[in-house]
Amino acid sequence: MEELWVFIEQDEGEVEESSLEVLSKARELGDKYGFEVVAIFLGDGVKNKAEEVGKHGASKVLVVDNPNLRHYNSELYSKVMEKLIMKYNPNTVLFSATRNGRDLAGRIAVKFKSGLLAHVISLDFDESKDLVGKVPGFGGNIAAVVKCIESRPQLATVTPGVFEIKEYKSTFEVIEEDLGVELEPKNIKILSKEKGEYIDISKSEKVVVAGMGTGGRMDLVEELAKLLGADVGVTRPLADIGVAPRDIQIGSTGVTLKSKLALILGASGAPHFTSGIKDCGLVITVNKDPEAPIKEYSDYLVVGDIFEIIPRLVKLLRGEENA
Amino acid sequence: MLRNIIVALKVVPKPEEVTFNPETKTVDRSKARNEINPADKNALELALRLKEKYGGKVIVVSMGPPIWDKYLRLAVAMGADDAILISDRALAGSDTFPTTRTLATAIKKIGNYDIILCGEESSDGGTGQVPPGIGEWLDIPHITFISDIIEISEDGWAEVKRTIKGGHEILKVKLPFIAAVELGCNTPRFPDFRRKRWADREFQLTIWNIGDLGLNPEEVGLKGSKTIVVDLEEVRPPERKREVLTGAPDELAKKLYELLKGYL
Ligand SMILES: Cc1cc2nc3c(=O)[nH]c(=O)nc-3n(C[C@H](O)[C@H](O)[C@H](O)COP(=O)(O)OP(=O)(O)OC[C@H]3O[C@@H](n4cnc5c(N)ncnc54)[C@H](O)[C@@H]3O)c2cc1C
Ligand SMILES: Cc1cc2nc3c(=O)[nH]c(=O)nc-3n(C[C@H](O)[C@H](O)[C@H](O)COP(=O)(O)OP(=O)(O)OC[C@H]3O[C@@H](n4cnc5c(N)ncnc54)[C@H](O)[C@@H]3O)c2cc1C
Repeated sequence: MEELWVFIEQDEGEVEESSLEVLSKARELGDKYGFEVVAIFLGDGVKNKAEEVGKHGASKVLVVDNPNLRHYNSELYSKVMEKLIMKYNPNTVLFSATRNGRDLAGRIAVKFKSGLLAHVISLDFDESKDLVGKVPGFGGNIAAVVKCIESRPQLATVTPGVFEIKEYKSTFEVIEEDLGVELEPKNIKILSKEKGEYIDISKSEKVVVAGMGTGGRMDLVEELAKLLGADVGVTRPLADIGVAPRDIQIGSTGVTLKSKLALILGASGAPHFTSGIKDCGLVITVNKDPEAPIKEYSDYLVVGDIFEIIPRLVKLLRGEENA
Repeated sequence: MLRNIIVALKVVPKPEEVTFNPETKTVDRSKARNEINPADKNALELALRLKEKYGGKVIVVSMGPPIWDKYLRLAVAMGADDAILISDRALAGSDTFPTTRTLATAIKKIGNYDIILCGEESSDGGTGQVPPGIGEWLDIPHITFISDIIEISEDGWAEVKRTIKGGHEILKVKLPFIAAVELGCNTPRFPDFRRKRWADREFQLTIWNIGDLGLNPEEVGLKGSKTIVVDLEEVRPPERKREVLTGAPDELAKKLYELLKGYL
């Protein structure tokens, strides 16, 4: 049976959830089109984690276990993937469109002269078993339906959060692969890593989003969020200037929100941002410009100065003033 | 002293000015103003800073239509030493495969490179696939999402800062390498007024066609691509109430409170 592969990303043994979303989707496609679904799992001491991965749709988990694969390294990971693909000739290889997934897929595509669909938001095969996906462009306003032609393996990266993680009851085998190649990095070495606690706002129920109109006054935004029991998100420029971590940035190069409530303060509504709020429930925005493009994306646009309105709202929420 | 620092630079339409024609199912870029892809300006800025610190020559290379001429001149006005435009009708419709092939071939022709910088992604196609792809054609290491090149040592290694989930990592990478630079990681300089005048009037832009690169028409453009676009669609914003609330700050705070009350 032809194989449909999913690259499972991990760091220090911690599995990237969006890889499991892709694996679950792959299983659905595999059942429909007759592919064997194989999870490709590279890491250090990850063999005992293979169970946890496989149940999300694989019929086989191929493990490459090596201390030098503990963290992502484009040189080593692309070398291992190259060997594996040459050995087994999969029909298709899927990646989650994380930083590392995109990094790796871009290299593999040229190595195998393969077509690569970018950060797709839908995925299927056509009648000739060519991979087809929807690729958002221009910040997310326009999507192209793109198809891989001729080449094998055909490749795609999948936007995180698009597909659901599922569990399957069927059994799977775990195979440890010994590639017999040396895995010493020659050109890229990791000197150090600084990781704070990762804040995942993609599943938050309520989010207060700060844009440049807040002037980066995160204290005010955080106070409001706390009173609302909400998490905080930001537009890209605030992450760029470093007042907030990149992980809580919303938009096409950040997180897509699914919250029931989004209160957005001082964001103009650029396409690369608004693609991250399209799945929200109620959207309330505050902007001093009544014609700001964000209006299109708002249920309520409150026209006024954040610094005049929000401190008053804070007082109301604290019960210090009567509504 | 560094050898060439090459910046791959793309010109893009401003995303908010691009419209979609649902009847013809085409993207209308005609009313959109163009700009240098924002992240590529950050890449150019980083290249210019490297040059100031370690010497070398900053060369901008771009694959696109002749109208990109003025944006390459802008890059020269910002401080690039040279600019090359690869322009050929046969390149139309290129997906990332022939795009990386063409750019890599041009970079080889320029030669003598130590560092190649790209933007993290373009604001139109935005695949982010071009930098790793060029790395593979040139058989050199690639690193994506870097926010800085901290130091380059005498022995030919660079220390770079790369954004990862939850933070960043510091990597050591051997020269020559290609890196994709994060959007917004620095503040691109404004062009010097006098240099801009010179760049606009006197600078000689180099233009190469695919023949100059030894590529044939089957290898590039639509024919050389590994993907095809079978359909285009507009992603409409979701239906929203779009109610505009105005008034005095006190009043607005109260209205907001009323709207939010149900979510507390
Ligand atoms: C390839 C690419 C990818 C990108 N990815 C993303 C992404 O993922 N996420 C993202 O957010 N951006 C992204 N961007 C950037 C995006 O294009 C915009 O530049 C950005 O979203 C603008 O952020 P902003 O709305 O906070 O700031 P601005 O556009 O500066 O808007 C500030 C708004 O605040 C209002 N304002 C100012 N002061 C006040 C006040 N006192 N009270 C009330 N209102 C006030 C103003 O009227 C204005 O509307 C990307 C760009 C590119 C090119
Ligand atoms: C909506 C849409 C969807 C698409 N989907 C796919 C897809 O799924 N697969 C696919 O292979 N192609 C796809 N393409 C085509 C792809 O965008 C083009 O091949 C484009 O020429 C290069 O890719 P990019 O803009 O995505 O570059 P990116 O990889 O996002 O660009 C990163 C950096 O590479 C450099 N660079 C990129 N292009 C050039 C250039 N022409 N000249 C100089 N430097 C450059 C710049 O430094 C840039 O910042 C799509 C295009 C659109 C509009």
